[in-house]
Amino acid sequence: MKNYFSTRWGIIAVGALIGLLAALLQKMGNPPNMGICVACFERDIAGALGLHRAEVVQYMRPEIMGFVLGSLVAALLARDFRPRTGSAPVIRFALGFFAMIGALIFLGCPWRALLRLAGGDWNAIFGLLGLAGGVFIGTLFLRGGYNLGPAKKAPKFVGFAMPLIMAGLLVLAFMNPPMAGEGKSGVLFYSLKGPGAMYAPLLIALAIGLLVGGLAQRSRFCTMGALRDLILFKQMHLFSGLIALVAVAFLANLAFGQFNPGFEGQPVAHSMGIWNFMGMVLAGLAFVLAGGCPGRQLFLSGEGDGDAAIFVVGMIVGAAFAHNFAMASSPAGIGANGITGLVIGLVVCLGIGFFGMRKQA
Amino acid sequence: MTEILDERGLSCPQPVLDTLKALPSVQGGKLSVLVDTEAARENVARAAESKGWQLASVEEKDGEYTLHLVKNA
Repeated sequence: MKNYFSTRWGIIAVGALIGLLAALLQKMGNPPNMGICVACFERDIAGALGLHRAEVVQYMRPEIMGFVLGSLVAALLARDFRPRTGSAPVIRFALGFFAMIGALIFLGCPWRALLRLAGGDWNAIFGLLGLAGGVFIGTLFLRGGYNLGPAKKAPKFVGFAMPLIMAGLLVLAFMNPPMAGEGKSGVLFYSLKGPGAMYAPLLIALAIGLLVGGLAQRSRFCTMGALRDLILFKQMHLFSGLIALVAVAFLANLAFGQFNPGFEGQPVAHSMGIWNFMGMVLAGLAFVLAGGCPGRQLFLSGEGDGDAAIFVVGMIVGAAFAHNFAMASSPAGIGANGITGLVIGLVVCLGIGFFGMRKQA
Repeated sequence: MTEILDERGLSCPQPVLDTLKALPSVQGGKLSVLVDTEAARENVARAAESKGWQLASVEEKDGEYTLHLVKNA
Protein backbone atom coordinates (compact mmCIF):
# COMPACT_ATOMS: atom_id res chain seq x y z
CA MET A 1 0.00 0.00 0.00
CA LYS A 2 1.42 3.38 -0.99
CA ASN A 3 2.26 5.68 1.90
CA TYR A 4 1.01 9.06 0.66
CA PHE A 5 2.37 10.87 3.71
CA SER A 6 5.91 10.02 2.68
CA THR A 7 5.51 11.59 -0.76
CA ARG A 8 6.79 15.08 -1.53
CA TRP A 9 3.36 16.66 -1.06
CA GLY A 10 2.68 14.44 1.94
CA ILE A 11 5.71 15.69 3.85
CA ILE A 12 4.91 19.29 2.88
CA ALA A 13 1.35 18.90 4.17
CA VAL A 14 2.56 17.33 7.43
CA GLY A 15 5.16 20.10 7.94
CA ALA A 16 2.53 22.77 7.29
CA LEU A 17 0.08 21.17 9.70
CA ILE A 18 2.73 20.86 12.43
CA GLY A 19 3.55 24.56 11.98
CA LEU A 20 -0.12 25.50 12.30
CA LEU A 21 -0.73 23.25 15.31
CA ALA A 22 2.38 24.55 17.07
CA ALA A 23 1.22 28.15 16.67
CA LEU A 24 -2.23 27.09 17.84
CA LEU A 25 -0.84 25.38 20.95
CA GLN A 26 0.99 28.58 21.76
CA LYS A 27 -2.21 30.57 21.28
CA MET A 28 -3.98 28.19 23.65
CA GLY A 29 -1.50 28.53 26.46
CA ASN A 30 1.89 26.97 25.70
CA PRO A 31 4.89 29.29 26.27
CA PRO A 32 5.76 31.82 23.56
CA ASN A 33 7.68 30.38 20.60
CA MET A 34 7.30 26.99 22.30
CA GLY A 35 4.14 25.57 20.80
CA ILE A 36 6.12 22.37 20.35
CA CYS A 37 9.60 21.75 21.74
CA VAL A 38 10.65 18.19 22.36
CA ALA A 39 13.71 19.10 24.43
CA CYS A 40 11.87 21.69 26.54
CA PHE A 41 8.89 19.42 27.08
CA GLU A 42 11.05 16.45 28.10
CA ARG A 43 12.90 18.83 30.46
CA ASP A 44 9.53 19.89 31.93
CA ILE A 45 8.58 16.23 32.41
CA ALA A 46 11.88 15.60 34.22
CA GLY A 47 10.95 18.53 36.46
CA ALA A 48 7.41 17.29 37.04
CA LEU A 49 8.84 13.97 38.19
CA GLY A 50 11.22 15.77 40.56
CA LEU A 51 14.36 14.70 38.72
CA HIS A 52 15.38 18.35 38.86
CA ARG A 53 13.98 21.14 41.01
CA ALA A 54 14.16 24.11 38.67
CA GLU A 55 10.82 25.54 39.77
CA VAL A 56 9.99 27.34 36.54
CA VAL A 57 10.18 24.29 34.26
CA GLN A 58 8.04 21.57 35.84
CA TYR A 59 5.01 20.29 33.98
CA MET A 60 3.89 16.90 32.70
CA ARG A 61 3.64 17.83 29.01
CA PRO A 62 0.99 15.61 27.36
CA GLU A 63 2.27 16.42 23.87
CA ILE A 64 5.26 14.10 24.42
CA MET A 65 3.04 11.18 25.45
CA GLY A 66 0.84 11.97 22.46
CA PHE A 67 3.78 11.85 20.08
CA VAL A 68 4.77 8.35 21.18
CA LEU A 69 1.25 6.96 21.46
CA GLY A 70 0.16 8.55 18.17
CA SER A 71 3.16 7.04 16.47
CA LEU A 72 2.34 3.65 18.00
CA VAL A 73 -1.24 3.75 16.71
CA ALA A 74 -0.13 4.83 13.22
CA ALA A 75 2.55 2.13 13.12
CA LEU A 76 0.11 -0.56 14.24
CA LEU A 77 -2.50 0.51 11.69
CA ALA A 78 0.05 0.57 8.88
CA ARG A 79 1.68 -2.69 10.00
CA ASP A 80 4.86 -0.72 10.56
CA PHE A 81 5.29 -1.68 14.23
CA ARG A 82 8.65 -3.46 14.22
CA PRO A 83 10.13 -4.10 17.68
CA ARG A 84 13.92 -4.00 17.45
CA THR A 85 16.84 -3.09 19.67
CA GLY A 86 20.47 -3.83 20.43
CA SER A 87 22.33 -1.24 18.37
CA ALA A 88 24.80 0.26 20.86
CA PRO A 89 22.28 1.20 23.58
CA VAL A 90 24.80 2.81 25.95
CA ILE A 91 26.12 5.00 23.14
CA ARG A 92 22.58 6.05 22.28
CA PHE A 93 21.94 6.95 25.92
CA ALA A 94 25.07 9.13 25.95
CA LEU A 95 24.06 10.79 22.67
CA GLY A 96 20.60 11.56 24.06
CA PHE A 97 22.17 12.92 27.25
CA PHE A 98 24.54 15.30 25.46
CA ALA A 99 21.99 16.24 22.80
CA MET A 100 19.89 17.56 25.67
CA ILE A 101 22.82 19.44 27.23
CA GLY A 102 23.39 21.17 23.87
CA ALA A 103 19.70 21.85 23.32
CA LEU A 104 19.32 23.40 26.77
CA ILE A 105 22.31 25.67 26.20
CA PHE A 106 20.45 27.01 23.14
CA LEU A 107 17.08 26.61 24.93
CA GLY A 108 15.26 24.44 22.45
CA CYS A 109 15.34 21.50 20.07
CA PRO A 110 15.43 21.89 16.26
CA TRP A 111 11.62 22.13 16.23
CA ARG A 112 11.72 25.04 18.65
CA ALA A 113 14.58 26.65 16.74
CA LEU A 114 12.29 26.74 13.70
CA LEU A 115 9.34 27.99 15.75
CA ARG A 116 11.50 30.67 17.38
CA LEU A 117 12.50 31.81 13.90
CA ALA A 118 8.86 31.82 12.80
CA GLY A 119 8.03 33.90 15.87
CA GLY A 120 10.66 36.53 15.06
CA ASP A 121 13.37 35.46 17.53
CA TRP A 122 16.45 36.13 15.44
CA ASN A 123 18.67 34.40 18.02
CA ALA A 124 17.33 31.21 16.48
CA ILE A 125 19.41 31.94 13.38
CA PHE A 126 22.57 31.25 15.41
CA GLY A 127 21.00 28.06 16.74
CA LEU A 128 20.02 26.86 13.27
CA LEU A 129 23.46 27.67 11.88
CA GLY A 130 24.94 25.72 14.79
CA LEU A 131 22.57 22.83 14.07
CA ALA A 132 23.67 22.80 10.43
CA GLY A 133 27.30 22.89 11.59
CA GLY A 134 26.80 19.95 13.94
CA VAL A 135 24.95 18.02 11.25
CA PHE A 136 27.76 18.75 8.79
CA ILE A 137 30.37 17.38 11.21
CA GLY A 138 28.17 14.32 11.72
CA THR A 139 27.94 13.73 7.97
CA LEU A 140 31.75 13.64 7.79
CA PHE A 141 31.66 10.70 10.21
CA LEU A 142 28.88 9.06 8.17
CA ARG A 143 30.94 9.45 5.02
CA GLY A 144 33.86 7.93 6.92
CA GLY A 145 31.86 4.78 7.59
CA TYR A 146 30.34 5.61 11.00
CA ASN A 147 27.50 3.42 12.14
CA LEU A 148 26.38 1.97 15.44
CA GLY A 149 25.87 -1.53 14.16
CA PRO A 150 22.66 -3.35 13.35
CA ALA A 151 19.68 -3.70 15.65
CA LYS A 152 17.99 -7.05 15.98
CA LYS A 153 14.36 -8.00 15.96
CA ALA A 154 12.96 -8.01 19.48
CA PRO A 155 9.92 -9.53 21.16
CA LYS A 156 6.75 -7.42 20.92
CA PHE A 157 6.79 -6.38 24.57
CA VAL A 158 10.17 -4.66 24.01
CA GLY A 159 8.59 -2.49 21.34
CA PHE A 160 5.71 -1.64 23.64
CA ALA A 161 8.03 -0.51 26.48
CA MET A 162 8.23 3.20 25.66
CA PRO A 163 4.54 3.55 24.73
CA LEU A 164 3.68 1.85 28.05
CA ILE A 165 5.95 4.22 29.97
CA MET A 166 4.31 7.17 28.22
CA ALA A 167 0.85 5.78 28.97
CA GLY A 168 1.91 5.49 32.62
CA LEU A 169 3.06 9.12 32.66
CA LEU A 170 -0.26 10.12 31.15
CA VAL A 171 -2.13 8.28 33.91
CA LEU A 172 0.05 10.12 36.45
CA ALA A 173 -0.83 13.44 34.81
CA PHE A 174 -4.56 12.69 34.94
CA MET A 175 -4.38 11.44 38.54
CA ASN A 176 -2.34 14.43 39.74
CA PRO A 177 -3.58 17.48 37.84
CA PRO A 178 -2.17 20.93 38.61
CA MET A 179 -3.96 22.78 41.41
CA ALA A 180 -4.16 26.56 41.59
CA GLY A 181 -1.43 28.00 43.80
CA GLU A 182 0.07 24.58 44.62
CA GLY A 183 3.60 23.59 43.55
CA LYS A 184 2.87 19.92 44.05
CA SER A 185 -0.03 17.66 43.22
CA GLY A 186 0.33 14.13 44.51
CA VAL A 187 3.68 12.88 43.26
CA LEU A 188 4.11 15.54 40.57
CA PHE A 189 5.76 18.95 40.76
CA TYR A 190 4.19 21.92 39.01
CA SER A 191 5.59 25.34 38.18
CA LEU A 192 3.69 28.31 39.57
CA LYS A 193 5.48 30.76 37.28
CA GLY A 194 7.70 30.71 34.21
CA PRO A 195 7.30 28.56 31.10
CA GLY A 196 6.38 25.49 33.15
CA ALA A 197 3.25 27.29 34.35
CA MET A 198 2.12 27.96 30.78
CA TYR A 199 0.27 25.18 29.03
CA ALA A 200 -2.57 24.46 26.64
CA PRO A 201 -5.54 22.48 28.04
CA LEU A 202 -4.46 18.90 28.71
CA LEU A 203 -6.92 17.14 26.40
CA ILE A 204 -6.27 19.50 23.49
CA ALA A 205 -2.50 19.19 23.92
CA LEU A 206 -2.83 15.41 24.06
CA ALA A 207 -5.04 15.29 20.97
CA ILE A 208 -2.61 17.44 18.99
CA GLY A 209 0.28 15.32 20.24
CA LEU A 210 -1.48 12.15 19.06
CA LEU A 211 -2.19 13.69 15.65
CA VAL A 212 1.36 14.95 15.18
CA GLY A 213 2.76 11.62 16.37
CA GLY A 214 0.67 9.69 13.88
CA LEU A 215 1.40 11.96 10.94
CA ALA A 216 5.11 12.24 11.70
CA GLN A 217 5.41 8.46 11.96
CA ARG A 218 3.88 8.00 8.53
CA SER A 219 5.75 10.86 6.87
CA ARG A 220 9.13 10.17 8.61
CA PHE A 221 9.26 13.88 9.50
CA CYS A 222 12.69 14.72 10.92
CA THR A 223 14.16 18.20 11.30
CA MET A 224 17.75 17.00 11.63
CA GLY A 225 17.27 14.48 8.82
CA ALA A 226 16.16 17.33 6.57
CA LEU A 227 19.52 19.09 6.97
CA ARG A 228 21.48 15.83 6.87
CA ASP A 229 19.88 14.65 3.62
CA LEU A 230 20.43 18.06 2.07
CA ILE A 231 24.13 18.03 3.00
CA LEU A 232 24.75 14.34 2.40
CA PHE A 233 22.58 13.51 -0.62
CA LYS A 234 21.45 16.95 -1.90
CA GLN A 235 17.91 15.68 -1.29
CA MET A 236 15.17 18.24 -0.62
CA HIS A 237 12.48 15.73 0.38
CA LEU A 238 12.49 16.19 4.19
CA PHE A 239 13.70 19.78 3.87
CA SER A 240 10.55 20.73 1.98
CA GLY A 241 8.51 19.69 5.02
CA LEU A 242 10.70 21.81 7.23
CA ILE A 243 10.21 24.88 5.01
CA ALA A 244 6.46 24.32 5.10
CA LEU A 245 6.56 24.19 8.90
CA VAL A 246 8.35 27.54 9.18
CA ALA A 247 6.22 29.24 6.52
CA VAL A 248 2.90 28.19 8.02
CA ALA A 249 3.99 28.84 11.62
CA PHE A 250 5.13 32.32 10.52
CA LEU A 251 1.78 33.08 8.85
CA ALA A 252 -0.16 31.68 11.82
CA ASN A 253 1.94 33.75 14.24
CA LEU A 254 1.16 36.85 12.20
CA ALA A 255 -2.53 36.00 12.24
CA PHE A 256 -2.52 35.32 16.00
CA GLY A 257 -0.42 38.40 16.82
CA GLN A 258 2.45 36.20 18.03
CA PHE A 259 5.18 37.57 15.75
CA ASN A 260 7.68 39.78 17.60
CA PRO A 261 10.91 40.30 15.64
CA GLY A 262 14.20 41.07 17.34
CA PHE A 263 17.16 39.75 19.29
CA GLU A 264 16.58 41.18 22.75
CA GLY A 265 13.84 40.29 25.20
CA GLN A 266 12.72 37.20 23.31
CA PRO A 267 10.71 34.71 25.38
CA VAL A 268 12.60 31.80 26.99
CA ALA A 269 15.74 32.72 25.07
CA HIS A 270 19.06 34.47 25.55
CA SER A 271 21.05 36.53 23.07
CA MET A 272 24.52 35.03 23.54
CA GLY A 273 25.04 34.19 19.89
CA ILE A 274 28.18 32.10 20.28
CA TRP A 275 26.58 29.81 22.88
CA ASN A 276 23.34 29.56 20.92
CA PHE A 277 25.50 28.43 18.01
CA MET A 278 27.75 26.06 19.95
CA GLY A 279 24.90 24.48 21.93
CA MET A 280 23.24 23.44 18.71
CA VAL A 281 26.53 22.27 17.18
CA LEU A 282 26.66 19.75 20.02
CA ALA A 283 22.97 18.85 19.69
CA GLY A 284 23.16 18.53 15.89
CA LEU A 285 26.20 16.29 16.06
CA ALA A 286 24.54 14.04 18.64
CA PHE A 287 21.35 13.85 16.56
CA VAL A 288 23.24 12.76 13.42
CA LEU A 289 25.23 10.14 15.30
CA ALA A 290 21.98 8.77 16.77
CA GLY A 291 20.10 8.92 13.45
CA GLY A 292 17.35 11.43 14.14
CA CYS A 293 16.14 14.61 15.84
CA PRO A 294 14.46 14.31 19.25
CA GLY A 295 11.02 14.28 17.69
CA ARG A 296 11.99 11.50 15.30
CA GLN A 297 13.44 9.51 18.22
CA LEU A 298 10.06 9.74 19.97
CA PHE A 299 8.23 8.58 16.85
CA LEU A 300 10.71 5.73 16.33
CA SER A 301 10.26 4.65 19.95
CA GLY A 302 6.51 4.57 19.28
CA GLU A 303 7.01 2.21 16.34
CA GLY A 304 8.99 -0.21 18.47
CA ASP A 305 12.60 1.00 18.23
CA GLY A 306 14.13 0.24 21.63
CA ASP A 307 17.34 2.09 20.78
CA ALA A 308 15.44 5.29 20.06
CA ALA A 309 13.66 4.78 23.40
CA ILE A 310 17.03 4.71 25.15
CA PHE A 311 17.99 7.97 23.39
CA VAL A 312 14.77 9.50 24.79
CA VAL A 313 15.60 8.31 28.31
CA GLY A 314 19.09 9.76 27.84
CA MET A 315 17.54 13.11 26.97
CA ILE A 316 15.32 13.12 30.05
CA VAL A 317 18.25 12.23 32.33
CA GLY A 318 20.34 14.85 30.51
CA ALA A 319 17.67 17.45 31.28
CA ALA A 320 17.82 16.55 34.96
CA PHE A 321 21.62 16.87 34.97
CA ALA A 322 21.49 20.12 32.99
CA HIS A 323 19.38 21.77 35.67
CA ASN A 324 20.86 20.06 38.73
CA PHE A 325 24.38 21.05 37.68
CA ALA A 326 23.69 24.52 36.25
CA MET A 327 24.46 23.57 32.64
CA ALA A 328 21.14 24.79 31.23
CA SER A 329 20.85 28.37 30.04
CA SER A 330 18.27 30.89 31.22
CA PRO A 331 17.11 34.17 29.68
CA ALA A 332 20.11 35.71 31.51
CA GLY A 333 22.51 33.59 29.44
CA ILE A 334 24.49 30.38 29.59
CA GLY A 335 24.49 28.48 32.90
CA ALA A 336 27.48 28.54 35.27
CA ASN A 337 28.60 25.09 34.13
CA GLY A 338 27.21 25.28 30.61
CA ILE A 339 30.58 25.65 28.91
CA THR A 340 31.97 22.69 30.88
CA GLY A 341 29.03 20.55 29.80
CA LEU A 342 29.43 21.71 26.22
CA VAL A 343 33.14 20.86 26.05
CA ILE A 344 32.63 17.44 27.65
CA GLY A 345 29.72 16.78 25.30
CA LEU A 346 31.72 17.69 22.22
CA VAL A 347 34.65 15.52 23.32
CA VAL A 348 32.36 12.55 23.97
CA CYS A 349 30.37 12.94 20.74
CA LEU A 350 33.45 13.48 18.59
CA GLY A 351 34.97 10.39 20.24
CA ILE A 352 31.84 8.37 19.49
CA GLY A 353 31.94 9.57 15.88
CA PHE A 354 35.61 8.77 15.49
CA PHE A 355 35.52 5.33 17.13
CA GLY A 356 32.22 4.49 15.42
CA MET A 357 33.79 4.67 11.98
CA ARG A 358 34.20 1.24 10.45
CA LYS A 359 36.46 0.16 7.66
CA GLN A 360 34.64 -0.06 4.37
CA ALA A 361 34.52 -3.41 2.66
CA MET B 1 24.06 -11.95 -11.70
CA THR B 2 22.19 -9.69 -9.28
CA GLU B 3 24.27 -8.30 -6.46
CA ILE B 4 22.74 -8.31 -2.98
CA LEU B 5 23.20 -5.69 -0.28
CA ASP B 6 22.07 -6.68 3.21
CA GLU B 7 21.04 -3.60 5.19
CA ARG B 8 18.77 -5.30 7.70
CA GLY B 9 18.97 -3.87 11.21
CA LEU B 10 20.80 -0.73 10.17
CA SER B 11 19.20 2.56 11.06
CA CYS B 12 18.69 5.69 8.99
CA PRO B 13 20.58 6.86 6.90
CA GLN B 14 22.92 3.85 6.67
CA PRO B 15 20.90 1.82 4.13
CA VAL B 16 20.70 4.84 1.82
CA LEU B 17 24.40 5.63 2.19
CA ASP B 18 25.44 2.05 1.52
CA THR B 19 23.11 1.75 -1.46
CA LEU B 20 24.37 4.96 -3.04
CA LYS B 21 27.92 3.81 -2.43
CA ALA B 22 27.24 0.45 -4.07
CA LEU B 23 25.34 1.64 -7.15
CA PRO B 24 28.29 2.88 -9.26
CA SER B 25 30.15 -0.41 -8.97
CA VAL B 26 27.21 -2.76 -9.62
CA GLN B 27 27.85 -5.06 -12.56
CA GLY B 28 24.95 -5.87 -14.88
CA GLY B 29 22.70 -3.03 -13.72
CA LYS B 30 20.83 -5.05 -11.11
CA LEU B 31 21.01 -4.69 -7.33
CA SER B 32 18.84 -6.21 -4.61
CA VAL B 33 18.75 -4.45 -1.26
CA LEU B 34 17.47 -6.16 1.87
CA VAL B 35 15.94 -3.84 4.49
CA ASP B 36 13.66 -4.38 7.47
CA THR B 37 11.84 -1.12 8.01
CA GLU B 38 9.29 0.62 5.85
CA ALA B 39 11.20 3.88 6.19
CA ALA B 40 14.34 2.27 4.80
CA ARG B 41 12.31 0.79 1.95
CA GLU B 42 11.00 4.24 1.02
CA ASN B 43 14.33 6.04 1.48
CA VAL B 44 16.44 3.54 -0.46
CA ALA B 45 13.97 3.52 -3.37
CA ARG B 46 13.86 7.33 -3.46
CA ALA B 47 17.65 7.63 -3.34
CA ALA B 48 18.19 5.04 -6.07
CA GLU B 49 15.63 6.72 -8.32
CA SER B 50 17.43 10.03 -7.89
CA LYS B 51 20.56 8.33 -9.31
CA GLY B 52 18.91 7.01 -12.44
CA TRP B 53 17.83 3.64 -11.11
CA GLN B 54 14.35 2.20 -10.97
CA LEU B 55 12.56 0.15 -8.34
CA ALA B 56 11.50 -2.84 -10.42
CA SER B 57 9.74 -4.76 -7.65
CA VAL B 58 9.56 -5.29 -3.91
CA GLU B 59 9.20 -8.59 -2.14
CA GLU B 60 7.98 -8.68 1.45
CA LYS B 61 8.48 -11.61 3.78
CA ASP B 62 8.18 -11.63 7.58
CA GLY B 63 8.43 -7.85 7.78
CA GLU B 64 11.55 -7.70 5.65
CA TYR B 65 11.77 -6.23 2.18
CA THR B 66 13.87 -7.11 -0.82
CA LEU B 67 14.09 -4.16 -3.18
CA HIS B 68 14.99 -5.10 -6.73
CA LEU B 69 16.69 -2.12 -8.36
CA VAL B 70 17.55 -1.92 -12.04
CA LYS B 71 19.56 0.73 -13.82
CA ASN B 72 17.57 2.82 -16.30
CA ALA B 73 18.57 2.14 -19.88
